[in-house]
Amino acid sequence: MAQDNQGMLWEVFIQTKPGQPHRHCGSVHGHDRELALQNARDVYTRRNEGTNLWVVPSNLIVASSPEDIGPFFEPANDKVYRHPTFYTIPEGITHM
Amino acid sequence: MKNEGLFNYLLRLADTNLILGHRLSEWCGHAPYLEEDIAMANIALDMIGQANALFQYAAKTEAKGRTEDDLAYMRNEREFVNTLLSEQPNGDFAMTIVRQFLSDVFDFHFYESLKSSKDEMLSALAVKGHKEVTYHLRHTTAWMERLGDGTEESHSRLQKALNELWCYTDDLFELNEGDKRLVKEGIAVDPASIQNAWIKTVDDVLAKAKLVKPAGVWQQKGSREGIHSEHLGFLLAEMQHLHRAYPQAQW
Amino acid sequence: MDTNQLEQNFDAKLARNESIEPKDWMPDNYRKHLIRQISQHAHSEIVGMLPEGNWITRAPSLRRKMVLLAKVQDEGGHGLYLYSAAETLNISREELIDQLLTGKAKYSSIFNYPSLTWADIGAIGWLVDGAAIMNQVMLQRTSYGPYARAMVRICKEESFHQRQGYEIMTVLAKGTAEQKAMAQDALNRWWWPSLMMFGPPDEKSPNTANAIKWKIKRETNDELRQKFVNQTFPQADIIGLKLPDPDLKWNESKGGFDFGTPNWEEFYNIIAGNGPCNKARISARTKAHNEGAWVREAANAYAEKKKAVLA
Repeated sequence: MAQDNQGMLWEVFIQTKPGQPHRHCGSVHGHDRELALQNARDVYTRRNEGTNLWVVPSNLIVASSPEDIGPFFEPANDKVYRHPTFYTIPEGITHM
Repeated sequence: MKNEGLFNYLLRLADTNLILGHRLSEWCGHAPYLEEDIAMANIALDMIGQANALFQYAAKTEAKGRTEDDLAYMRNEREFVNTLLSEQPNGDFAMTIVRQFLSDVFDFHFYESLKSSKDEMLSALAVKGHKEVTYHLRHTTAWMERLGDGTEESHSRLQKALNELWCYTDDLFELNEGDKRLVKEGIAVDPASIQNAWIKTVDDVLAKAKLVKPAGVWQQKGSREGIHSEHLGFLLAEMQHLHRAYPQAQW
Repeated sequence: MDTNQLEQNFDAKLARNESIEPKDWMPDNYRKHLIRQISQHAHSEIVGMLPEGNWITRAPSLRRKMVLLAKVQDEGGHGLYLYSAAETLNISREELIDQLLTGKAKYSSIFNYPSLTWADIGAIGWLVDGAAIMNQVMLQRTSYGPYARAMVRICKEESFHQRQGYEIMTVLAKGTAEQKAMAQDALNRWWWPSLMMFGPPDEKSPNTANAIKWKIKRETNDELRQKFVNQTFPQADIIGLKLPDPDLKWNESKGGFDFGTPNWEEFYNIIAGNGPCNKARISARTKAHNEGAWVREAANAYAEKKKAVLA
């Protein structure tokens, strides 16, 4: 018999309401795209959780590493001028 | 009884949903892989849910104080009017998929047509049923294609299942005198009116699944009059035994 | 970074109650402990489908039938979430299933008891799910991120499981004399095995120390067991059932119940494979796995063909 094959691993993203972003909710197995999508529907939307679904092969996701935390994310710490509170405006100005 | 025809028609639909849902539920914990286990339970839950609603409506229509559980648990083999196809044993996964697929195609076209029933309740149940079966059909079609065009083994199992179950397909379209009256009143669906659509959908999928449609098969019929295969009796014995063993009990 | 440094970082993270994520460095033993615990948990969900699944086709009303099917289906879903969490530790579902079927991996001993009557479905939901929920509520704060997230989802879904079991028991206890006897009998048979679900006493639990140190577990077996007894007593009392323990009595000084000792010899025997249903459970899983092999192969072959066409 051929080696056991439980199907590829896919990551599932659900949109819970129209207009909302898709959020990661878990994984499923599926041998191809259609089965993966159906499996995601059958597993993750049984309690009325969704209005739209994405499935993405897990091995296609590119992720940063824990070692990247310093070089990737810390340089953003001191860029306070990217935030509106950095700027001084006269008292009484609204809608800005 | 004034509404005997409608009552009897509702039983046909309720029984078929219950028996097929029950058969599918037998897979729970035993499917080929985990995701499919969950998928089959979803279909079973849709069908038993639909049966429950239909039995409630039937009980109301009959108006003799019986409940949905009385109708499901206290009737005998000859009183059940589910289709012959629905009661066939699960067999291997190929048998289950072919049985479900042939039935889904029927329900898909049937509910589509029943949506315009003059009976408001039936029409509402048809709207709900049609949404559900549209997904069921998508699921079973996916498996028909994958098993039919998968490996040699899966292909031959699927073809064998199709050959074995084909003799129960005409039975899906049976109707009795009461049904005919309801058809005239615009309440029931005339099965003959959806037969071509059923054949076309089935043919399309069989072609994609590289299967040969059985020809010249002698057809088994009779379920509309409560004539069943021997399998139904065992199914009912298992399903009803606890309920019947304690007739005074509430659960 | 050398291993010492990595280990210090890891410990510091745990101390700050930060979760450990799949790509983080982790000690080998931590990884092994997690794979063992998560897969054991997953297998328990999957094997746990069997004793309850037995009653789906015999449930005494349409409502009970739907509820039970939905519940057993949920167990399958929970097994699936947990297998996925284990897979983030670099072990495949194929390997995990193989470990279950070859007896290398364990599952909860409770599922090796038979479900004999309908009341057992009530007792399992009430007691077995009740005990499991205690464990799982704690595990929502476990240190490994994917495991904790799976537990959050599972706890949310489990909330109806215990209630449906208790509801079954309530109806039976208020029903005919035969029904009440059926409920009490089920409670008698499932009570001690439920207490065993928390695992051996702390001083005899080989894995507890590490599990606590690594914040995989946050309460010990004995602490959880005590909580369970305290919370279950009034639930039994209110529906007129009696916990089958002559040593059970309120202890004012500890603010909890004193209770008897489970039969640990029986527990270890069941773990060793000698329970009434060990063989039946594994052979049912093996049968489903083997009989499904051609289906999985077909799905795979079909996917390969379609890829070839697209290429």
